[in-house]
Amino acid sequence: MIYIENFGRYFIMLKEVFSRHTKWSMLKNLIFKEIDDLIYGSLGIIIFISFFIGGVVAIQTALNIDNPLIPKYLVGFTTRQSVILEFAPTFTSIIMAGKVGSYITSSIGTMRVTEQIDALEVMGVNSLNYLVFPKIVALMLYPFVIAIAMYMGILGGWIAAVFGGYSTSAEFIKGLQVDFNTFHVIYAFTKTIVFAFILATIPSFYGYYMKGGALEVGKASTSSFVWTSVAIIIANYLLTQMLLG
Amino acid sequence: MIIVEDIHKSFGDTEVLKGISTCFDKGKTNLIIGQSGSGKTVFLKCLLGLHRPEQGKIVYNDRAYADMDEDQRTELRQEMGMVFQGSALFDSMTVIENVMFPLRMFSKLSKNEMAERASIVLERVNLVDANNKLPSEISGGMQKRVAIARAIVNKPKYLFCDEPNSGLDPKTAIVIDNLIHEITQEYNITTIINTHDMNSVMEIGEKIVFLKDGYKEWEGTNKEIFKTDNEAVTNFVYSSDLFKKVRDTYLKEGN
Ligand SMILES: Nc1ncnc2c1ncn2[C@@H]1O[C@H](COP(=O)(O)OP(=O)(O)O)[C@@H](O)[C@H]1O
Ligand SMILES: [Mg+2]
Repeated sequence: MIYIENFGRYFIMLKEVFSRHTKWSMLKNLIFKEIDDLIYGSLGIIIFISFFIGGVVAIQTALNIDNPLIPKYLVGFTTRQSVILEFAPTFTSIIMAGKVGSYITSSIGTMRVTEQIDALEVMGVNSLNYLVFPKIVALMLYPFVIAIAMYMGILGGWIAAVFGGYSTSAEFIKGLQVDFNTFHVIYAFTKTIVFAFILATIPSFYGYYMKGGALEVGKASTSSFVWTSVAIIIANYLLTQMLLG
Repeated sequence: MIIVEDIHKSFGDTEVLKGISTCFDKGKTNLIIGQSGSGKTVFLKCLLGLHRPEQGKIVYNDRAYADMDEDQRTELRQEMGMVFQGSALFDSMTVIENVMFPLRMFSKLSKNEMAERASIVLERVNLVDANNKLPSEISGGMQKRVAIARAIVNKPKYLFCDEPNSGLDPKTAIVIDNLIHEITQEYNITTIINTHDMNSVMEIGEKIVFLKDGYKEWEGTNKEIFKTDNEAVTNFVYSSDLFKKVRDTYLKEGN
């Protein structure tokens, strides 16, 4: 029951987020601040994780090819496919559900607990628009983050394959180019946009509607991480079925 | 002036306000008193429009809240200033940015004019040299002053304060009380303060409404509260011997 109720409240929240807009001169600053916190602040960890995941995918693939009939360029091919289709968009988004998601929930939740949200409302500010809308706009830059993750993942795979002696550079690069399907990239970026929206709104929902004190802020962050991840996994499944199935 | 007629407010199955009627005059410091959990905050939030009562009527200077459209309500909110219990300052903004916030949101003043106006109210609440500090870098008493400055910067007609001196030392509490009282007279606004501080009751309570279990148990002035024989009020107000003595002395002096 509570799940259905939350589902309904989530959509009511979204409607409110896109109505009664805050003055543009204020909104502009808020958006820049969110870009700094949510996008720029996440680049380091994303680059780090993507690079090593790409490397591991390349090594795993190479180790599993012991049949001499399978071409060596398969290492590059598999790395490209795994990184572009799943690791960069989906895996990275789950990491972001932890990093960005819990940050959003705890910062909005703290504002709820300390009555800062009430203070906004008293002044006649649409607090949902003020708090959530700039996050949605900032996260529309998320595809750039994922593009960087893709690049770093493939770079990591190349370094691991070439310097680990699993494949030559020429073979790896041949694999990267074999059977390249533009639609796969479109598919990956479509997912990314949907995940960005989920990352901005579900954690906001858990922060905005929380009740209680500091302890509950922690609990809300945990629920937020769980449900953001679940939503990303389900959206991933549905989009894959719809676009590739 | 604010007139409240028979308001009821429930959360789920629990009725917190069970029909409250009263009125608050302009230029007066009105107090809502009562034990913790008696519904003071809920009552104040109803007056602010943060909670919608299920029943009853609230009238602000002849305009009933229920009859207003969304634009008029937004306008009404800009006539209200609120000092929250924990000050509720925006913790990512400096002191002066906090005070300028309502102006930036709603006024057409230039940046310099806003800063000037904010500085004037900060001076009025006796806060100098803290403009560029963050809320976390100043004391609780100073945070309260910033909250008051933010509440009055837009020249409100109504000022609401939820336990403005909770968490403050007795001396600072009195200073804050007097500050709110002076501002009320100076700006001629309708001020409503939630409190359970008996000192405030005796010093600045021009009108006192006593809430108990969601009902209005008693109302009167700080002179009348010395003389009342309402048991609930005397039990609450004169629970300490000190205040009993104050009352006895007051009555002995032949008032
Ligand atoms: N948002 C809410 N949801 C449910 N119950 C609430 C809510 N706000 C207040 N209450 C309940 O209303 C009662 C009165 O609370 P409150 O007005 O905060 O008391 P006071 O300010 O006098 O200490 C309490 O029992 C509290 O649990
Ligand atoms: Mg209270």
